Amino acid sequence: MNRLTNSLDTIGAVVLAIIWIAPLVFAVWAAVHTTSDAVNFRLTSPWTLDNFRIAWAGAPWGKYFLNTFILVTVVLIGQFFVTTLAGYAFAQVQFPGKDFVFLLVLLQLFILPEVLILENYAMVSRLGLFDSILGVGMPYMASAFGIFLMRQAFKSVPIELDEAARIEGCSGLGILLRVYVPLAKPTYLAYALVSVSTHWNNFLWPLIVTNSPETRPLTVGLSIFGAPENGVDISIISAATIMSVAPLLIAFLVFQRQFVQAFLRAGIK
Amino acid sequence: MSDLAKLERRRRAIFGWLLLSPAAILLSLFAFYPSVATLWSSLFSRGTRRRPTEFVGTENYTDLFADPTFWIVVKNNLIYAGVTVPLSMFIALSMALWANSKISAKGFVRTAYFTPTVLPMIAAANLWLFFYTPGLGVLDQIGALFGLPSVNWLGQPETALWAIIIVTVWKESGFFMIFYLAALQTIPVDLREASDLEGAGRWTYTRRIVLPMLMPTTLFIAVNAMINSVKLIDHLFILTKGGPSDASKLLLYYIWEQAFAFFDAPHAAALTILVLLVLGIVAAVQFILMERRTHYQ
Repeated sequence: MNRLTNSLDTIGAVVLAIIWIAPLVFAVWAAVHTTSDAVNFRLTSPWTLDNFRIAWAGAPWGKYFLNTFILVTVVLIGQFFVTTLAGYAFAQVQFPGKDFVFLLVLLQLFILPEVLILENYAMVSRLGLFDSILGVGMPYMASAFGIFLMRQAFKSVPIELDEAARIEGCSGLGILLRVYVPLAKPTYLAYALVSVSTHWNNFLWPLIVTNSPETRPLTVGLSIFGAPENGVDISIISAATIMSVAPLLIAFLVFQRQFVQAFLRAGIK
Repeated sequence: MSDLAKLERRRRAIFGWLLLSPAAILLSLFAFYPSVATLWSSLFSRGTRRRPTEFVGTENYTDLFADPTFWIVVKNNLIYAGVTVPLSMFIALSMALWANSKISAKGFVRTAYFTPTVLPMIAAANLWLFFYTPGLGVLDQIGALFGLPSVNWLGQPETALWAIIIVTVWKESGFFMIFYLAALQTIPVDLREASDLEGAGRWTYTRRIVLPMLMPTTLFIAVNAMINSVKLIDHLFILTKGGPSDASKLLLYYIWEQAFAFFDAPHAAALTILVLLVLGIVAAVQFILMERRTHYQ
């Protein structure tokens, strides 16, 4: 009986896994075959890399990759800077008005940047950042989520270490840099993974703020490349899609354990 | 109190506010000011060359309420939330229970479930395009094996929204699974052994012990899933563009369309305020439920 349920479990789990992975497998299949071989599922048909060659020539992918890379880096640096300082203030510095401000920050968890596209667009234009990578990244730098995460991390640092550093003559900022930041390394790593994969994949806001190949990230480039008006066929779209998800996907498969742990750490409030 | 202590307190306060200032400035620029500005501009009419903008009070809102498209979009989004939230949570829970059980191929199964999470929604939409394309698509070819006629999944009002829903569930279930998985691993083994000793079946054990212990996680995931049902709309740009005849249009896409395709900022602003209200209610409910939870513990 127990054996039976166990094998039923295995079958159920594996079937679901196959369904879940199928879209990706079909895209890989389509990407390495000619369109007619792909859609007719000729299993023995020869493989080809032509789709990748055509896709690569069809858009400035190199530039898109670079833009996405710069974007996630700029966002991450900005986030580290802003959330470290704010997280430290909320965790370890006593000052009047702190609780009220913290409540305001929590509120931002629900005022999604995605929903405020209209006025954020006006703001970015006002600051002269329209069609710039900084303009894409800036609204995400003061992430309430990140501030919260850093606050939790700094709160768990034993107070003895803080006091010891103070006796040694460290100033407030010195303690932050020499005691708190090094101890919060795992949280930084987790936050970095979540942040990079979020912004690597972000679409709507970059679509609104960018207007040229010079600033466009991969997701926006991919959506333009695949637009039906351009009349590209399924094999080439698949090749372009595989190409643009490959770096993150490979990183995920290699660092799977760390990735999952990062998402977990980031999600537990 | 001595002057020295007072001085020290003031020094601390200044230090605290200095630390907060980058966050405060950025949050004001990109969250608080825009929220207020959106509310403000939702009360004015759309300016034209001949007629400048003027204060119209709630007219933009009454316009929306009188617009049948608005109600279609609201209904779509309610269906979208009403299906994706429970369905992806249910699948996530099943995935977690499986990935946590003693089955073979656990590594493969876990990777497969989680993979969609690291893909951009735009890429996911492209992958699913290959499934949905009429005639050539995978779904139609499978259907043809059973003699079913070709279906234009994305092109007909009856199925377009469902096609969108499936992609969303596929994308977010694996993400939610991770949280269930983490929670499952914190359940003490003795509980399992105790219920085995009592002769409780697997179903009883799951229902009476596992599910109650997962309640906080379930609440957390539910809130995230609800937020996602507002946020996850990128695939509309690739798959349906909200069509055909608004059958798959969702609120955030509608806001984008009003603001950046029709350049109707006042109505987009009014829509934004309505969405923020809904998110506010979700937030309030979460805070209340969390309060309750802490009372239990």
